Amino acid sequence: MVKLSVSKLNDFFNLIASKEKLYIPVDTAEGAAFKPYEEGMKYSSACNTTRSAKDFFFPQVENLVNFKIKDKSIEVIDNRTDTEKFVIFGVRACDVASFDILDKVYLQDPVDSFYKNRRDNGTIITLACDRPQETCFCQSFGIDAANPAGDVSAWIVGDDICFNANNEKGEAVLEIAASLLSCSDESEVEVKKAEIKSILEKLPIKDISLDKISSKDLMENFNSPVWDEIFSPCLGCGTCTFVCPTCQCFDVREFKTNDGIIRFRCWDSCMYSDFTRMAHGNNRNSQKERFRQRFMHKLVYFPNNNDGVYGCVGCGRCLKSCPQSLNIVKVAKALGGKE
Amino acid sequence: MNNNETLIPLLGVVTDIRTETPDVKTFRVNAVGGGKVFEHIPGQCAFLSIPGVGEALFSITSSPTNKEFMEFSIKRCGCVTTWLHEMEVGQMVTIRGPYGNGFPVDTELKGKDLLFIAGGIGLAPVRSVINYVRAHREDYGHIDIVYGSRSKEDLVFYDEIVNEWIGEKDCDVHLTIDREQDNWDGHVGFVPNYVKELGLRNTSTAVLCGPPIMIKFTLAGLKEIGFKDEQVYTTLELRMKCGVGKCGRCNVGDKFVCKDGPVFRFDQLDKMPSEY
Repeated sequence: MVKLSVSKLNDFFNLIASKEKLYIPVDTAEGAAFKPYEEGMKYSSACNTTRSAKDFFFPQVENLVNFKIKDKSIEVIDNRTDTEKFVIFGVRACDVASFDILDKVYLQDPVDSFYKNRRDNGTIITLACDRPQETCFCQSFGIDAANPAGDVSAWIVGDDICFNANNEKGEAVLEIAASLLSCSDESEVEVKKAEIKSILEKLPIKDISLDKISSKDLMENFNSPVWDEIFSPCLGCGTCTFVCPTCQCFDVREFKTNDGIIRFRCWDSCMYSDFTRMAHGNNRNSQKERFRQRFMHKLVYFPNNNDGVYGCVGCGRCLKSCPQSLNIVKVAKALGGKE
Repeated sequence: MNNNETLIPLLGVVTDIRTETPDVKTFRVNAVGGGKVFEHIPGQCAFLSIPGVGEALFSITSSPTNKEFMEFSIKRCGCVTTWLHEMEVGQMVTIRGPYGNGFPVDTELKGKDLLFIAGGIGLAPVRSVINYVRAHREDYGHIDIVYGSRSKEDLVFYDEIVNEWIGEKDCDVHLTIDREQDNWDGHVGFVPNYVKELGLRNTSTAVLCGPPIMIKFTLAGLKEIGFKDEQVYTTLELRMKCGVGKCGRCNVGDKFVCKDGPVFRFDQLDKMPSEY
């Protein structure tokens, strides 16, 4: 474990940024957001960014392949290149856990090379949560906000920031800033962890009935009468999907340029009416069915296929963002029969 | 950078176009230098696309025993299919696949009496299995083929059925159309009723494909004559973008139709939400 005075954090950022592209959370008019680091930028102490960190590995829009067409001929142009190495500072425990969930989709055979390339070239420095919020419920999914995963974990302890490398990638990034870092006593961090834990224990969202959901079989949950009512305020706006760190569905589309055709993928939402629409009809025609799909996927289907791991990390963004005050906590509690 | 990326397609060239019915054409696709673009098993699918128009998933209707080319029988019903119907021989298309599980032709179907039931364009994926079975005729028992369409003109692969399937060893072909018409002296009536009237052996393994309403009533009819869900296979079709279980569109329950299907037995479908 090594440490640095928080007042020297910008020196640390400058050194990292001299070697690799660095992103840090900064305060903006729209709340905290990850931005490319520029000298003098001040990191945001907000509990979390408004958007999740999934953009780093699964960007909102990503070009897949280009085509050129001449008469009846087509040329396929594979423009893939290695992503430049980058470091993300200040990822929270929930968001770093979301990467494991995205990995289960995108690194599963056949591996998605676009995603893997970003994962391989990105180094994640996580930061323990000083002030977990009342919308936070990462504990429900076994995530410890006091002890975040990542390549490097960091804690702000008094006037210092302590770093612990969790793997070789983490050691390499700390090596860049070695001249600034001094050895640290782990006991200070342990005190900090205990402080965070005492806050976590007081958070209002605790038991979200996951056991009651997992004890029922898939069709019982699917056919639950809960779905008949709970979806009704849903506008199908897709905001929950947009801010969710684990939502990973995409669309593939094309646009024509003067020089050919670009095929790209972009985020999509199962909440949208055209998500499953085909020439011959739509297999999820009502908002009830679409709403049920999103939550059944996170709470039942995904864990069924992934050793019980839920497709949610308890970041609380959907609690803050939904214009109709719907969210996964409400749905899980209702489906589990708690409320 | 790993060069193997499923979302980046290969190229094929359309070397023959056959008009099957007023709204179905069969397209023969070869690799640009000749031969097949890739191998497949019966029931698997591939994405075809014309860049600038879009990409869509189609079942491969030719049998893998055809070593020269792949075929796709496509009904004109949307944006991509309309474009495909208007193209000419020599047109290049992008192609990627094969996707999906396919029919268990070398395991669960092997050695069995087989009953193929199809309605309309539903014969397209089934044709791949039928021609695979015909090419390995000694590995399977008796074959019944029940095929129906709206009219005689809407029966796809009509020439192949008459010239090849009807003469196949130990194979009975039963054709039906929905309404009486001139130049038709065969059976008239809907497939679900015809299946009940034919006196089929209920020990066969059945492959059923067609419009959802036809599947529903035909399955009920099969059960009336003693078939069990475990004996009947079908193939699903949902909207897909990736083909490899990542884009999320074809998710039904904890299955992805693109990779866990498209071929399912009805006892498997019984345990899934009916969102297909």
